Amino acid sequence: MVSSKLRKVPEGVSLTSKEVAWIRRKLGREPNPVEWGMFDIMYSEHCSYKSSRPVLKILPSKGPRVIVGPGYDSGIVDLGDGYVAAFKVESHNHPSAIEPYNGAATGIGGIVRDILCVGARPVALLDSLRFGSLQSPHSRWLFRYVVKGIADYGNCIGVPTVAGEVEFDRSFEKNCLVNVACVGIAKKEDIILAEFKHPGDIIVLVGGSTGRDGIHGVTFASKTLSEESEADRPAVQIGDPFMKKLLIEAVLEALKTGFVSGVKDLGGGGLTCATSEMSAKGGVGVEINLDRVHVREAEMNAYELMLSESQERMLFAVKPEGLKTVLEVFEKYEIPYSVLGKVVEGGLLKADFKGETVVNVPAELVARAPVIRRKARKPPAVQEKLKASKPSQPENLQKAFLELLSSQNIASREWVYRQYDHEVGVRTVVKPGDGDAAVLRLIDVPKAVAVTFDANSRHSALDPFNGHAGALAEAARNLVCVGAEPLAYTDCCNFGNPEKPEVFWQFKQGIEGLALMSKGLKIPCVGGNVSFYNEDEETGLAVKPTTTIVMVGLIEKLDHITSMGLKEAGDALIMVGTTLPEMGGSEYYHEILKFDGGEPPKASVRKEKATIKTVLKAIRKGFVKAAHDCSKGGLAAALAVMAVKGKLGLNVNLERIPSLKIGRLDELLFSESYARVLLEVPKRKVERVLKIASKNGASASQIGEVSDREAFTLKFKGKPVVDCSLSELEEAWLTPLPKALEGTPA
Amino acid sequence: MVRIAVIRFPGSNCDLDVVHVLKNVLGVEASLVWHKEFKALGYDGVVLPGGFSYGDYLRSGAIAARSPALEHVKVMVDNGLPVLGICNGFQILVEAGILPGALLPNENLKFICKWVYIRCDNGWTAFTWGIPEGKVLYIPIAHKEGRYFSDEAELERLSRKRMIVFRYTDQKGEAVPEANPNGSIRNIAGICNEKGNVLGLMPHPERASEELLSPSGSADGLLLFKSMAEYVKR
Repeated sequence: MVSSKLRKVPEGVSLTSKEVAWIRRKLGREPNPVEWGMFDIMYSEHCSYKSSRPVLKILPSKGPRVIVGPGYDSGIVDLGDGYVAAFKVESHNHPSAIEPYNGAATGIGGIVRDILCVGARPVALLDSLRFGSLQSPHSRWLFRYVVKGIADYGNCIGVPTVAGEVEFDRSFEKNCLVNVACVGIAKKEDIILAEFKHPGDIIVLVGGSTGRDGIHGVTFASKTLSEESEADRPAVQIGDPFMKKLLIEAVLEALKTGFVSGVKDLGGGGLTCATSEMSAKGGVGVEINLDRVHVREAEMNAYELMLSESQERMLFAVKPEGLKTVLEVFEKYEIPYSVLGKVVEGGLLKADFKGETVVNVPAELVARAPVIRRKARKPPAVQEKLKASKPSQPENLQKAFLELLSSQNIASREWVYRQYDHEVGVRTVVKPGDGDAAVLRLIDVPKAVAVTFDANSRHSALDPFNGHAGALAEAARNLVCVGAEPLAYTDCCNFGNPEKPEVFWQFKQGIEGLALMSKGLKIPCVGGNVSFYNEDEETGLAVKPTTTIVMVGLIEKLDHITSMGLKEAGDALIMVGTTLPEMGGSEYYHEILKFDGGEPPKASVRKEKATIKTVLKAIRKGFVKAAHDCSKGGLAAALAVMAVKGKLGLNVNLERIPSLKIGRLDELLFSESYARVLLEVPKRKVERVLKIASKNGASASQIGEVSDREAFTLKFKGKPVVDCSLSELEEAWLTPLPKALEGTPA
Repeated sequence: MVRIAVIRFPGSNCDLDVVHVLKNVLGVEASLVWHKEFKALGYDGVVLPGGFSYGDYLRSGAIAARSPALEHVKVMVDNGLPVLGICNGFQILVEAGILPGALLPNENLKFICKWVYIRCDNGWTAFTWGIPEGKVLYIPIAHKEGRYFSDEAELERLSRKRMIVFRYTDQKGEAVPEANPNGSIRNIAGICNEKGNVLGLMPHPERASEELLSPSGSADGLLLFKSMAEYVKR
């Protein structure tokens, strides 16, 4: 019998009573305080995915292009010709909400390490950011410093930041969302996995020294933010991009020696997470000596050494015969390292410190927390919002249109991407703001990779199922618009507290929507990240349900690369897809009519397939000079952006737009119906493109033409609805962000 | 065969890009050389690439400028061999006293990544002798500390000795204030030494050396590397 005194779980451990009992039963003894700490972080939502795992299972993860699917540091897809792309997404919401600069910077640091761990060179970064309203000084502060953190870190390590998105909504006022993604390119034979496989391999800890920073970062990320969160600031890690740049080069050089059998980054959960997960994956054990860890602070104890989340560290398993060769690489780059121990038979994770064994637990037990089946319940308020009656149409649609172009969610993001080095690496063909997705060429073969980052919080708030399915389809459409075939995606789920059935319902619905579209379009999921507890404890306000999608596509021929700016006067404008009065969650309702109800767009696999096939076919035939997907702000905003980008005017006859059930002009202009793409096509190719559309079951028609007059004219049955100059559009679309951020105090 | 060294300092990040352009686009022999192993002997020219050498800790380029590799670079400078400093490389050359002046934080205090127009004002350097004077090139910048500055006396000397090689201009080649992205004095984008064998510039010619990568479909940056290789052959 264990005495009741011993049975007390150390203070601060946030394990549930069920988990405590499970650990005791499986271990057959009382864990010591270090072990309790390890279980605590590994059983946190952030590390264990204990609430989300059973739901995420429904996403398809197999396909002919998939080389590595969910469960590893990065998903990997085959690009052909012996090349692969590795990519991964991660959230850094909680740290960014209290320390935006370092929170965002270390997000970049972590995601880069995930790509390195599979042996790929990181070639592109992406960021998807969400803040409260730009009118709020707090949100502007977060926004400025998150962007600065990403810029300073990404620019320094020489990985271009090529694409992303920013959305502003009051639900993100306290809980901003900072999702970052990285894409790497590797030769297929160079792929390596984060596993300990061979007993006898030597374990080496490489990179930054270990300090007390970031201890319990993951448990902090697994609770809601409150007044006391400020006191958690020490739980935010501090980044060192210079050390990261050295690590990138050293890791890639070390892998080239052929003596490395596994690598893993030390991010959330530090040494505990890396050793337990690598052992569990490989079905082996590990013995390490914590006295050997190179530290930056004196007198650190075993608990701190096992749990520290100090940045810029990686764990290597090295073949003993090659240890000297590998260590020489680290010495060349003057990167500190320590040889911690070795891989052993069996499945035990054992750590010694000052002559005593301080950890001795099955790695599997630490690495795999039991799942929790959460309750889901549809919130009653949703139904009312969907059924709310429509607000009336404003009299002056031109004024509404220009205001919408200037609104915070539609205005140009140039203020952001100017601060990012998006050129380094000499791969960036379609640059930020120039196309629906970024395009990176491969250096050694004449092919290119396209990548995009998308989500739609407002649609999802009203209807998580369709909003999520629509976001996935939008990512696919964006890739197709630059001439790429979508290969696979990874998702980053951002929700409130999953212990609340209403939040968990949103999550389940969202994932079901993703699964439907993912299966329908045959685009598999190769990994992901879940961030729960994005909720303000005081107000109980959770973020709008937001799953961001990073999707990678392949461009087989460089000639297929397509951007969105108009190219030549006289060309025809073709609209592919049908416009419906699906106004709920639209920027127009929110910004202009100040209305947050209505039915949001419905996602349809059939329609998306038809549109995607049509656009891809037309581009591959060489008929398309510019392509742009219609999303936020609808058709009108999409046309405006194409005009501004191409510095050309246009004439559109609104009555020619393929539509259904539309009763009002504002619906035609601003509906955010899915499965719609605008194409610029030379006049003599119009018939061919329309034929491709009808063959693929997409509605399409020529709606107008590009003009060299500086006028942007949208007419309905001969009467102008919008008639303004290009410079008016530029003023409306290009200036709002600089005005909001440069003209106001911090 | 022309042999050009591209020095990698810890934190350099445009090194592989320059090697790619020299080797794969231009077809000259280019070696990536770790700074500790760099010796002047055996190379016909050297490029100090962009990036954040030593993390730009202290000041951009300050630490690399004091590394032993720069002693070897100075030997090449004195021997009249072409020495090109791009972005952080320019900052290193200035910090090392090989080129005059200073590179201050951009006027808006932010990193700026943007395609800009620059005009060639001296076609007699090792890097521009294939470029007609007055020609406008389209090349991107990407830096946070690129605002060129020096005092009036020095500027007067730069002008007199024709050491101002590139200025930021509009598309037509006018050095107007609106075309100046970072607040550089007199719109200066790049300068050379008196002999014209050392060039430092903030824009990245290696990023504008292939038509595929340029928004205008030009490959203006390649002209600098071509000139460099031709200069060596001559």
